[in-house]
Amino acid sequence: MQALYAQLLVGLINGSFYALLSLGLAVIFGMLNIINFAHGALYMMGAFCAYFLLNLAGIGYWWALIIAPIVVGIFGMILERTMLQWLAGLDHLYGLLLTFGIALIVQGVFQNYFGSSGLPYAIPDYPQIGDWRGLQGGINLGFMFLPIYRGWVVIFSLVVCLATWFLIEKTQLGAYLRAATENPTLVRAFGINVPRMITLTYGLGVGLAALAGVLSAPINQVRPLMGADLIIVVFAVVVIGGMGSIMGSIITGFALGVIEGLTKYFYPEASNTVVFVLMVLVLLVKPTGLTGRAA
Amino acid sequence: MSALTDDTLPVTPRAMRDEMIVFALMAVLLGLVPLTGIYPFFVMQALCFALLACAFNLLIGYGGLLSFGHAMFLGTAGYCTAHALKVWGVTPEVGILVGVAGAAALSVVTGFISIRRQGIYFSMITLALSQLLFFIYLQAPFTHGEDGIQGIPQGYLFGIFNLAKPTVLYYVVLAGFLAGFLLIYRTINSPFGEVLKSIRENEQRAISLGYKTDQYKLLAFILSGTLAGFAGSLKVFVAQNASLTDVHWTMSGEIVLMTLVGGLGTIFGPVVGAFVIIAMQQYLAGFGQWVTVIQGVIFVACVLTFRRGVVGEIAHFFRRSL
Amino acid sequence: MKHRISALFLGTALALAAGSGAMAQDKTVKIGVLTDNSGLYSDLGGAGSTLAAQMAMEDSGLAAKGWKIDIVSADHQNKPDIATTIARQWIDVEKVDIFMDVLNSGVALAVNNLVKEKNAIMINTGAATSDLTNAQCSPNTIHWVYDTYMLANSTGQALVKAGGDTWYFLTADYAFGHALERDTTAVVVKSGGKVIGGVKHPLNSSDFSSFLLQAQASKAKIIGMANAGGDTTNTIKQAAEFGIVAGGQKLAGLLLFITDVHSLGLKVAQGLNFTETFYWDLNDGTRAFSKRFSERMKNKAMPSMVQAGVYSGLVHYFKTIDAMGGNPHDGAKVVAKMKELPTDDALFGKGTIRADGRKIHPAYLFEVKKPAESKGPWDYYKLIGTTPGEQAFRPLSESACPLVKK
Repeated sequence: MQALYAQLLVGLINGSFYALLSLGLAVIFGMLNIINFAHGALYMMGAFCAYFLLNLAGIGYWWALIIAPIVVGIFGMILERTMLQWLAGLDHLYGLLLTFGIALIVQGVFQNYFGSSGLPYAIPDYPQIGDWRGLQGGINLGFMFLPIYRGWVVIFSLVVCLATWFLIEKTQLGAYLRAATENPTLVRAFGINVPRMITLTYGLGVGLAALAGVLSAPINQVRPLMGADLIIVVFAVVVIGGMGSIMGSIITGFALGVIEGLTKYFYPEASNTVVFVLMVLVLLVKPTGLTGRAA
Repeated sequence: MSALTDDTLPVTPRAMRDEMIVFALMAVLLGLVPLTGIYPFFVMQALCFALLACAFNLLIGYGGLLSFGHAMFLGTAGYCTAHALKVWGVTPEVGILVGVAGAAALSVVTGFISIRRQGIYFSMITLALSQLLFFIYLQAPFTHGEDGIQGIPQGYLFGIFNLAKPTVLYYVVLAGFLAGFLLIYRTINSPFGEVLKSIRENEQRAISLGYKTDQYKLLAFILSGTLAGFAGSLKVFVAQNASLTDVHWTMSGEIVLMTLVGGLGTIFGPVVGAFVIIAMQQYLAGFGQWVTVIQGVIFVACVLTFRRGVVGEIAHFFRRSL
Repeated sequence: MKHRISALFLGTALALAAGSGAMAQDKTVKIGVLTDNSGLYSDLGGAGSTLAAQMAMEDSGLAAKGWKIDIVSADHQNKPDIATTIARQWIDVEKVDIFMDVLNSGVALAVNNLVKEKNAIMINTGAATSDLTNAQCSPNTIHWVYDTYMLANSTGQALVKAGGDTWYFLTADYAFGHALERDTTAVVVKSGGKVIGGVKHPLNSSDFSSFLLQAQASKAKIIGMANAGGDTTNTIKQAAEFGIVAGGQKLAGLLLFITDVHSLGLKVAQGLNFTETFYWDLNDGTRAFSKRFSERMKNKAMPSMVQAGVYSGLVHYFKTIDAMGGNPHDGAKVVAKMKELPTDDALFGKGTIRADGRKIHPAYLFEVKKPAESKGPWDYYKLIGTTPGEQAFRPLSESACPLVKK
């Protein structure tokens, strides 16, 4: 039973990555009607950005949490301005193809310069207060040894997810966003710069991916292909949850992380496939996804 | 929302005559390849991928369904054929049958699941399904994991044609390609193909006209998957191995790229695209690291400036459907 | 295009040589380095393997004796079908005599078949599968550097001897991982140790925490990692996070390379045990070569054992064809001669090549240094044990290779 609690907690950690990434996808999809295939590559860029900040500029983890999403977000906005916006009015599938191409380019370039085995990034060891050495070390919870960093990831991503939800569902800005999704012409008539709003939204979604990247840098090796396989799982998460609602994608993300964690305990052989199997089941029972409207 | 393919060009009897002329020209040119000294294995490989891209194109170009998991049919048929040839020791024609049957069975199941959603969701579902299959094949003992099935005997087709001879193998692959191509061409111009196109244009309207659109889409999916499987079976004889790369998502991406470069929804586009991409892979092999980047650049360039693809642009220029 | 012209030229030269009845003195050789230039293993082989081949050619002094040696290289992109198409074209059109490197087991086995069919040569320095010299052995292939059996054998034996008598396995769930676990288990049990459990994880998992928790709970002294590449490095990194090494358990890598340690950094990798057959800082010979090598590498990297193997293998190949007086363009014949001659080079020392194509040399068990012990970049290993070549590899008595006479 103790081991079970441990696996549940571990699952929650993975779930926070799924939630952050599928949230970013949902935000972008809601506004641009584009499935951002480059999401995995941008997640990877976030991790690399943290690495560069530390090794080239001596800027540590805490600042990287703020700077990397901004830098990568700006990169995303440039992509939107220079490429994606020309696809407005075309079939949505072109957006998928374009972002797939961008993902190939970004991953290929990083692989050329940084090889494929990856780069190290340590868990931050500051601020040091008494016995605490930043987020290093762990706490014995009785039923498991919880690395502090993992606990931090869960709490922090939960906060970020909820903040994003609040921003979009409860604020004035969010109201504009949602309105612009429903009827861009009308919103434009109110004097709101819709194209700029689209750019900012894409930047926000990309920033969330980069943030997930920074969070994962101390856990995983910083590798050019770290996002390539992950993004496919996140796609499945998105299909299960449906992209209709922000809260829906957050909850599905965390829930699937937990289910995957349980699979790792009870039947580890299937832990890579369980999300896909669930996707199939959901499609058979409720084709629109758990929270979704019809596409 | 404008459609993925350019349908402004009229399909007239004259256009169909032109298409048959181009087809005959293509068949003759390909038939002459072994006499020219061009390396036949390169062309054989390209032919397999050309058929694969044509099968994929049937779904996207005429059904409006972008499958991002077509590698699963290629790989499944490859594994089935390879296993049948090597372990069961069957003859080549039976091996091909086993492979095609395997791909057909898979396409029935995956088609049933994935046509439940349209548009981007359909793409994501097919991608996820192919990833699921990748993991299954990775763990299944009969595929030998990363080692793949190696050293597959080529044997005698129908007991007469010795497939170990490059020239014989070449003509067998060419015949397979041409047959598959004609079948697809026939399908597109059949009443079935017309219904498919009308579903792509406006599914609601097709439904209100009394068509069971899901059945049409499923049938198109099965046909496409089965033909992709046929390409995979042929490829086993050329490469003499079956490996995980054929089920990986990067392969699905390459199939999309080939069709996109050649021209979505054009009849000859996928063939041209396959030759371009395969040639690029072979001749850029010396460049090493830049292959993926170049592929990405082509993707981006095609989507931004060159959406009709090579053949689509030519067709548009001459105002003929090709 | 350039390739084709030179191939044509070569073809004419060959025809002329044949016409004058001087085949035995044909002194042209073409070497093909078929490697992963862009993917997962590009740090291990890639451009470094081509450089190693270049250096072997320059060091051989054959040019001065009238030999004409060409090196071509290509990226097989880790795809067996691309690899076979390139290899076939190399043999048929470019007249490549010998394939070097050929990383990735799937690719290696595919090329192995082709090379045998076409009577060329492969000196494989990159692939892990021990099938190359077992069930799939060929009179045209030599497996130079390492294989899974040796890694399992050397690491398992040495660690049990050092007191690590209880094992728990983290195994990648596919043929390769299963084989590593099976072979290591056999050795551990034979040496008097015990395997108390294990868990199979899917390939390319990004998160190992739940598996590590199970390993931690098992209280085994050694956690054997029967996986490779990114899976291994992520396991190691996350094991550090969960305080596994600090808690007294030891991690044993069953397939790890110096490039992995380099990418992990000593802080995370310290205390790790694993086997390699080459390390740049082993002796004067390896140091001298590695220094020259590193100076010519783009990122100043030290050679991996795969790259060192390319050099060493070619040194022996050159010695053999020089002794034969010319290139007979007959792969099986050259390989047979290579098996007759003893091997000796600065990197792997003295050795032999067995009938099954297995190159025999000592295997070294290393432990990764603590950051404080390291004197500079690439100073990573402490040598803690050596297994003599005769004991390190699969004994011929257990071999399923048809070339071995019993």
